[in-house]
Amino acid sequence: MENTKRKYVIPGEVITSGPYRPEQNVILDGERIIATAVGISEIYDDTVRVISLTGKYIPKINDLVVAKVLSHSSLSWELDINSSYVGFLPASDVFGRDFSAHADELNSKLKKGDLVVARIANSDRSRDPLLTISDRELGKIESGELVKISPSKIPRLIGKRGTMIQTIEMATGAVITIGQNGWIVVSCENNDGLLKATKAIQMVEEQAHIANLTDRVKSMLESKGE
Amino acid sequence: MGGRDTDLILLDENGIRCDGRKIDEPRKIMIKAGVLKNANGSAYIEFGDNKILAGVFGPRDVHPKHLANTDTGILRCRYHMSPFSVEERKRPAPSRREIEISKVIKEALKPAVMLEQFPRTVVDIFIEVLQADGGSRCAALAAASVALADAGIPMRDMVSACAAGKVADTIVLDVNNEEDQAGQADMPVGYMPNMEKITLIQLDGVLTPEEYKKCVETAVAGCKLVYEIQKKALTDKYFSNGENN
Repeated sequence: MENTKRKYVIPGEVITSGPYRPEQNVILDGERIIATAVGISEIYDDTVRVISLTGKYIPKINDLVVAKVLSHSSLSWELDINSSYVGFLPASDVFGRDFSAHADELNSKLKKGDLVVARIANSDRSRDPLLTISDRELGKIESGELVKISPSKIPRLIGKRGTMIQTIEMATGAVITIGQNGWIVVSCENNDGLLKATKAIQMVEEQAHIANLTDRVKSMLESKGE
Repeated sequence: MGGRDTDLILLDENGIRCDGRKIDEPRKIMIKAGVLKNANGSAYIEFGDNKILAGVFGPRDVHPKHLANTDTGILRCRYHMSPFSVEERKRPAPSRREIEISKVIKEALKPAVMLEQFPRTVVDIFIEVLQADGGSRCAALAAASVALADAGIPMRDMVSACAAGKVADTIVLDVNNEEDQAGQADMPVGYMPNMEKITLIQLDGVLTPEEYKKCVETAVAGCKLVYEIQKKALTDKYFSNGENN
């Protein structure tokens, strides 16, 4: 992206003024475009946005998230999705359409503390985000290590077209499930790979703002290889 | 006119104040962002001899539930002085003064925080004064603003704060504890530096219209100095050890 201009900004800072389109984390004040978060501003063509470096996860429809079961009622589960809101998983999503509140016991499928991979099915201002686990790659996580990082650093962990995550997976042999909410599940056959993958993820979290991070991670993984 | 009788020379013939500052010179200010692990955002400020910690949680679920607003988020603020923050032990229960300061800080931050993005949630701000030395509400407000930015809560602008006052018939910047006790007026001001809007203004004392105007101008100039320090605190936490392009 040659015609992208980047800058470090804090809330209230004027990024630019003129006929630009405001996107995420910016507001328009007359002609001026103002950042609303601590992060990196990007001017790309006619759009301006700020990539936030901090803050909670904001649910978006179709995002893949790693969620933890908090509790259940007779009709639904409540899941912690590391956001301002709790995720809502209806029982009919798990048991199917013939779910009956008396016959089926929710505890038999998901218990408090269980981790699941879920997708945000719906999210708007008026209700808590609706989750679904009825898809092939979704559902309960049976094994693996949970790693928590800031949700704003997830794009960095994935890298351009998935380069970063591929690098880590190839070097360690681990299978990594990334939730957009900043929760990541790492599973690996051997303990060494697991530790290395976890370390690499934490390295991305700490050094997210540094250029050429993929190469740094690669050299870290290789140096510890022997 | 006004003020308590004192032997203290508040302003000498060279325009130097009781603690050696010039009339338009603030005390030494240091802010550090992200000092607490368990809060979503935090900041520590040293404003002269004031030492204040601010922690921010949220946006999160509102408890008790009846306080929640379905249209927008709400803001709650608690300003608290530690028993050891002043010379004689302060009883830890919230006093009339602390309740007032909690309220004015909340209202000074409200125009900046974009709570409408988070309906049914609350943003909690906790401010703990470890050591007090006059002008603690301004220092607390400046720290709270940095803590909010550190928590990643969307804000239209930072809120800076600084006081000005009248001491020995002169308008001075950043009144300290002695000047507050013996001086003639104290005016804390909260200010959004990029939007150029005042979010907090209080006045204790008597000023003429001209003095009032000068006092506001002095305080706003002080806020701009504080803003640069707030900016540095956030830059140090988020953008240090990286290249700036």
